[in-house]
Amino acid sequence: GIMAMPGLPPAGTRLREGPGAPGGVQTGTTIMAATYDGGVILGADSRTSSGTYIANRTADKITQLSDRIYICRSGSAADTQAISAYVQHYLNQHKMETGEDVDVEAGANIVMQMAYGNKDRLSAGMIVAGWDMHEGGSVWAVPMGGTLLRQPVTAGGSGSIYISGWIDKFWKPGMTKEECKAFVVKAISLAMSRDGSSGGCIRIITINKEGSTKEFLPGNQVPLHHDELKQPAAESTAMEVA
Amino acid sequence: MSGVGSGYDLAATTFSPDGRLFQLEYAGKAVDSAGTVVGLRCKDGVVLGVEKVIRSKLLVKGSNRHVHSVDTGMGIAVAGVLPDGRYMVNRAISEAANYKSFYGQPMLGHVMCDRLSQFMHLFSLYGGVRPMGTTVFLAAYDRNGPQLYQIEPSGISQRYFGCASGKGRQQARTEIEKLDLKELTCAQAVKEIARIMYTIHDETKDKPFELEMSWVSDDTGRKHVRVPEEVVSAAVEEAKRAIEEADMSD
Repeated sequence: GIMAMPGLPPAGTRLREGPGAPGGVQTGTTIMAATYDGGVILGADSRTSSGTYIANRTADKITQLSDRIYICRSGSAADTQAISAYVQHYLNQHKMETGEDVDVEAGANIVMQMAYGNKDRLSAGMIVAGWDMHEGGSVWAVPMGGTLLRQPVTAGGSGSIYISGWIDKFWKPGMTKEECKAFVVKAISLAMSRDGSSGGCIRIITINKEGSTKEFLPGNQVPLHHDELKQPAAESTAMEVA
Repeated sequence: MSGVGSGYDLAATTFSPDGRLFQLEYAGKAVDSAGTVVGLRCKDGVVLGVEKVIRSKLLVKGSNRHVHSVDTGMGIAVAGVLPDGRYMVNRAISEAANYKSFYGQPMLGHVMCDRLSQFMHLFSLYGGVRPMGTTVFLAAYDRNGPQLYQIEPSGISQRYFGCASGKGRQQARTEIEKLDLKELTCAQAVKEIARIMYTIHDETKDKPFELEMSWVSDDTGRKHVRVPEEVVSAAVEEAKRAIEEADMSD
């Protein structure tokens, strides 16, 4: 590290402050991933904020790492995009070397190595999820600091704190794809209704043996929870929500 | 003394006019004149056996290991120049550990084979180094089943049901071909290897040897370990008896 010098902030100080502070594009966010019987569902809101300015209200926070492995990104957009690019590269090489599709566990492990190895320089909370033929669907949380923890369901980002209890109460194993999708949509919409840094639309990815499917729920169709005025419906090619 | 490769055999980086790399061929000769090594891939695992020529009566039995574990489910038997083989083993251990650290999963057998092949090959690309004087026998048992690979000094590698190298390789291969490797179990293979080793060993001409064996199988929980001393001794006894009986009935 750089030694303390007059004029510089003390050694070890982060130049960027926490989510929502000026000086850095953040994905103050709600992201989550859940396993169901046969695969996983990933979900995210679409708000990218830079202080109080919403830099992008239709952001895509779920990035593909390989055929059946995706990553949900929260924290610094720059950091998570850089990590994603590295991991895509390593996974591509790994696939060539093994001659097989990459296991989700391996993808998650590489993300962890990058997060932990650069822990004093990064601000990145991520969730890796996907399907492989050895474990089926799996979800791996890589929160800030570089822990790696496999969980059946997990949420991240600034909005996740508002729905932790709700997820604990209402998630159950062995849901169908449609049940799980509805569960994720509802969870994210609940977080969006309370967290100022989360909002916009909901993006959903379904990953299973057949492959991966991306879906989109426009902002005016996100479930409402607090007597908000319902927006007029507009024609859309959005997903059906149970 | 001028031999076949005169002038073109001084460096591994030099081709001869007829397209041969003499240093690699000489490395092969180092392997061919060393103790016999046999590997068998069986229905339920892989067994490796090494003929360790006893150089001195003062050696502690079981010392001077020729077979090493490089990962939980992978092992290497060294044929040829032992220090070169040790270098390969250490490289393999390092590769397996780094892979596990980075990918969170144990290295697959065929990936280790490729890594070791590429490593061996390096030594024929640069002046100032010589090729390894060993053939590496790699035994692995991963989610793709049991595998046996042989990696030569040139870097060529192949996957085998059964293979042999060293002084007695021709005879050993003849014996191996008689076996039904698709049905053979590791427990049986231990006895077969003992029998092969003692059959090809000439009591009158060859120095005494110690048989070192290892295996990785369903019974070992897919872990690469030494074959227990009692099992090896029993197999050796049985082999000696079988050979005596065969001699008597001639």
